[in-house]
Amino acid sequence: MDLFEYQGKQYFSRFGIPVSPGGVAETVDEAVAQAEAAGYPVVVKAQVQVGGRGKAGGIKLANDSDEVRLHAGNILGMDIKGHLVERVWVERASDIDEEYYASFTLDRAAKQHLLMLSAQGGVEIEEVAAKDPDAIVRLHIDPVDGLSRDTARQAAVDARIPERAVDGVADILVKLYRCFVDGDCDLAEINPLILKPDGEVHALDAKVSLDGNAAFRHPEWEEYDKTEVLDDRERLAKEHDLQYIGLDGSVGIIANGAGLAMSTLDVVNQVGGNAANFLDIGGGANADVMAAALTVINHDENVRSIFVNIFGGITRGEEVAKGVVEGLRRVELRAPIVIRLDGTNAEEGRQIILDAGIPASKLISKPTMLEAAREAVRIANGGEGGA
Amino acid sequence: MAIFVDENTKVVVQGLTGGQGKFHGLRNRDYGTKVVAGVTPGKGGQDVDGIPVFDTVAEAVAETGATAAFVAVPPKAAPAAILEAGSAGIGFIVCITEGIPAQDEARVYNTLVRDFPATRLLGPNCPGIISPGKCNIGITPSDIAQLPTPEGPNVGIVSRSGTLTYQALYELKQNGIGVSTCVGIGGDPVPGTSFVDCLAEFQKDSETHAMILFGEIGGSAEEEAAEFITATVTKPMSAYIAGVTAPPGRKMGHAGAIVSGGKGTAQGKMDALAAAGVHVGLNPTEAGDLMAGLLKDR
Repeated sequence: MDLFEYQGKQYFSRFGIPVSPGGVAETVDEAVAQAEAAGYPVVVKAQVQVGGRGKAGGIKLANDSDEVRLHAGNILGMDIKGHLVERVWVERASDIDEEYYASFTLDRAAKQHLLMLSAQGGVEIEEVAAKDPDAIVRLHIDPVDGLSRDTARQAAVDARIPERAVDGVADILVKLYRCFVDGDCDLAEINPLILKPDGEVHALDAKVSLDGNAAFRHPEWEEYDKTEVLDDRERLAKEHDLQYIGLDGSVGIIANGAGLAMSTLDVVNQVGGNAANFLDIGGGANADVMAAALTVINHDENVRSIFVNIFGGITRGEEVAKGVVEGLRRVELRAPIVIRLDGTNAEEGRQIILDAGIPASKLISKPTMLEAAREAVRIANGGEGGA
Repeated sequence: MAIFVDENTKVVVQGLTGGQGKFHGLRNRDYGTKVVAGVTPGKGGQDVDGIPVFDTVAEAVAETGATAAFVAVPPKAAPAAILEAGSAGIGFIVCITEGIPAQDEARVYNTLVRDFPATRLLGPNCPGIISPGKCNIGITPSDIAQLPTPEGPNVGIVSRSGTLTYQALYELKQNGIGVSTCVGIGGDPVPGTSFVDCLAEFQKDSETHAMILFGEIGGSAEEEAAEFITATVTKPMSAYIAGVTAPPGRKMGHAGAIVSGGKGTAQGKMDALAAAGVHVGLNPTEAGDLMAGLLKDR
């Protein structure tokens, strides 16, 4: 789960990482109030989870309340690369001497934590990596040992961060590492990490991505549910506890298993269609789960056909088939289903679907993934069902 | 021969008294796997359908000589369960648990490497491993696994996704091709056993004549496999990578299945494997058919 900048900064604060005084606002009046509290001049920043806010006019300096009104009014409601700005973050403007970059991630290849640190911050780190790879210090950290202050300090020296900023940077690295580990982050990134004329080092931006698997030990994460960027369909799926990702196509997808669901999207694409979603209903495809899945897919008005792709493992084909038939009884669908049922007891399952006497305008059974995909795409692209 | 587990493997099921542990533990035993013990703290002295339950893995090992562990406990308890098995001298641990925080996985993996280097972890979040006719640890449906034959050809399977692992087994069964061992390494960011670990064993295994690899988006495990294949593997291989059309920045069901910063794309992985001489199919069936074709020429 990706946090907004303001949430990331609040998360940083918990771990003692210094950020500029400021607050979040959803209206112009709130923005002015936050500015008065923070002290002028302030920066008004659009809260969207996409890069390039500044270029799009989503970050503005304001010297008084009139300017805050002007800028907050313009930025709130702005569309930045398809992201609607619902909130702004208003913080005291900082004098900047230098800009650095710091992040912690898990390096999956090394199976260790990775610190990336550079004295060249304020730009995309990928850009720095392409132009001047030596400007980035990459340090692996054994998760069992953790990061000591001495190691953090050495990394700052190695990154050619000037002497007067080294201790401040090392302090923040140690705190950011705690935030990354104890805060269960997939990514904890500060860009830019700034050095002020008075020698203070602090985080001017915050990029935090949380590991959803760790939610059970972070009850405080619940507040992020409210602001999570989900479309209507995704919100409905979440209510039903389904693994769903909304896409733009017209073929609704239901599959059991994440790998098979991904594979289903690919096959639909190969035969000239586009998936409306990713939906993994897991191993046990019972009637309740199937009905919930069909409800969510049915909510998507772009859907012209529904491809149910099931491989019976321990959940046998006949149980899956019963689930589909029962699910169909419970939900009145906007589009026909094309089902491919394979694996354990698939024959018996197909027979159950046949015996249910559902008309071919509503349910078509195909023996292989490829044939089913072709049929689903044919219908989605304007062909009649039941051919 | 088979890799990692065979007819001599003795399994202790951690969480045998729980729903998942009991269901799959007994299924594994019904298949012929030597399931010798269960472990549930506080339930030592009981039994599950005749399988003795112990309070600790160490006791189970001392009493039954268990050599492998099947961890079927919830995400909160799994890290400690894995480390307990390691400290009890278990050589092979299968963890099917889905939903373990990545920080815990990284810590557990590195602790095993440091403190119990002789222990191999398979998973977490994996379907397990089956050496058909000999041993099944985990949740793989055994009836779709074709038995290997002494004369061959037999195929070794390694896959990240569970259902695609089954799909691979099924494709081979349809083609009448035997399977030496089928390993599901799991869809999490820090799998205990990698593609390379499995391919190295398959390459050495005299009963395995060819390999199928099913990968997916995210990370660089397939690219590392491609490097290894170029350097070491001489047996024919086919592969399939899921997630060509996955949108970047989204976790596709598996915690590890995410394209981030332009890295970990399906196309990159397919290209790397193809460059290593692997026959890459555009869907699971095609990968199975490619394998059947490769073995016909054998």
